[in-house]
Amino acid sequence: MAGPLLGLHGIARRFPGGVEALRGIDLAVQAGDFIALLGPSGCGKSTLLRLIAGLDRPDAGSITWHQAAPAPGEIGFVFQDATLLPWASAADNVWLPLRLRGIGREAARHDVAAALARVGLAGFEHARPAQLSGGMRMRVSLARALVGRPRLLLMDEPFAALDEFTRHGVQEDLLRLWTQIGCTVLFVTHSIYEAAFLARRIVLMSPRPGRISGEIANDLPPLPSSRTDPRHGELVARITAALRPALAA
Amino acid sequence: MSNPVPGRTVPGWAPWGFALLALAIWEGLVRALGVPVFILPGPVAIIAAFLADPLGLAQALASTLAVTAAALAAAAALGTALAALMAASPWARAAIQPWAVVLQVTPIVAIAPLIIIWIDQPFASLVVCATIVAFFPVFSATAAGLAATPRDLRDLFALNGAGAWDELVLLRLPAALPFFLSGLRISGGLALVGAVVAEFVAGSGGFASGLAYRILEAGYRLQIPRMFAALVLLSLAGLAINAGLGWVERRALADR
Repeated sequence: MAGPLLGLHGIARRFPGGVEALRGIDLAVQAGDFIALLGPSGCGKSTLLRLIAGLDRPDAGSITWHQAAPAPGEIGFVFQDATLLPWASAADNVWLPLRLRGIGREAARHDVAAALARVGLAGFEHARPAQLSGGMRMRVSLARALVGRPRLLLMDEPFAALDEFTRHGVQEDLLRLWTQIGCTVLFVTHSIYEAAFLARRIVLMSPRPGRISGEIANDLPPLPSSRTDPRHGELVARITAALRPALAA
Repeated sequence: MSNPVPGRTVPGWAPWGFALLALAIWEGLVRALGVPVFILPGPVAIIAAFLADPLGLAQALASTLAVTAAALAAAAALGTALAALMAASPWARAAIQPWAVVLQVTPIVAIAPLIIIWIDQPFASLVVCATIVAFFPVFSATAAGLAATPRDLRDLFALNGAGAWDELVLLRLPAALPFFLSGLRISGGLALVGAVVAEFVAGSGGFASGLAYRILEAGYRLQIPRMFAALVLLSLAGLAINAGLGWVERRALADR
């Protein structure tokens, strides 16, 4: 289902106390896009994600949904921490979004098991978050975000707290899931390597106030092998060069 | 200088050994100095006083524990309900918070006589007094727990269209459970203290069956060893309540 999904027009957000988080944000999101919002901390990336999710309201500008506005559960959100319910099993954590929409445990069982299997956690249904590693907890969080087949998946620096090797693993899983499921992803990160590996469109942001300073397309195939492709290194170099003015400011 | 060797554990009998030593010194001093039992009885005299009437003292303990348990249950129910109300509405928070503090700082000995006069039924009046003493820790801990729900999880509930009731039952209450349980542990000890204080104030005009009443009675009759035996039972009851609630806490949070 290609075509425009969502448009941001002149979004601005100023927080009480006068901090200008975002100014004049324009962005057109196509269905099936994988967009990275890349920039240093303080450039309003997370604020933008919260605005799109409807968790916050812009002070100026508008957000246009080209198809119907998303119903509850049609936006998947993955936070920086796994934010699982510590008292619930992995399966019950993945069930949660369906449960809140009135789907019982039995009715959800198949979807929950499938979502856990997709992230490589088949057999871990009954494990508590405390019994899982950081990478596995993040995978449960990913399964929870995907179980309701969201039209839009918002991810807020989800892998920043993981070690390098675990991070590579979940990045490759995410890329595989994106090619399989074909949902639209907006991925906030401050890692140039992560943005260059995952996203098809890399949107560069600069801080104070947060605004979009450019966009770079990624033409490499969405495959794990791209990580060691020399063109990946070239892409990282191009992004780095494009970000330098923002860093100097 | 001898530092403990890392990895070598202290033997489990250490506190009991120390207690036994202290009791032996106490008994030895009382005997050596010839202190009369109506000033300070030794451990042997106290144990003898307990063995003289174990059933009577045990019944008194059961009576005090009944008041304590009822007060703790009432404090937990009331505290959780009011904390949930405060979490649900800023209006309720503004309305309740100051009165909860007033309740906390009011000395129970000052208002217990009034409560005992107002409430005819002795058991109920004791429970009300003990509930007032026990209420605050479990209430404030639960309120803090309900207010400390991580923002990301609340956002997740909002994104999935959760109502206030779903959020309370599926997220806020379970997230507040560790806070509630640690508050409950403090309230458990206070419920016992409250029950004893209320019995003291009520005196012979009250229920006249609890351990505090036995302490008063023994004091009037100069049965100091019996008074001490009742005191020891109270201390043991307090320790047992604390340990029991600690066990519940560990069990309930074991798999988090």
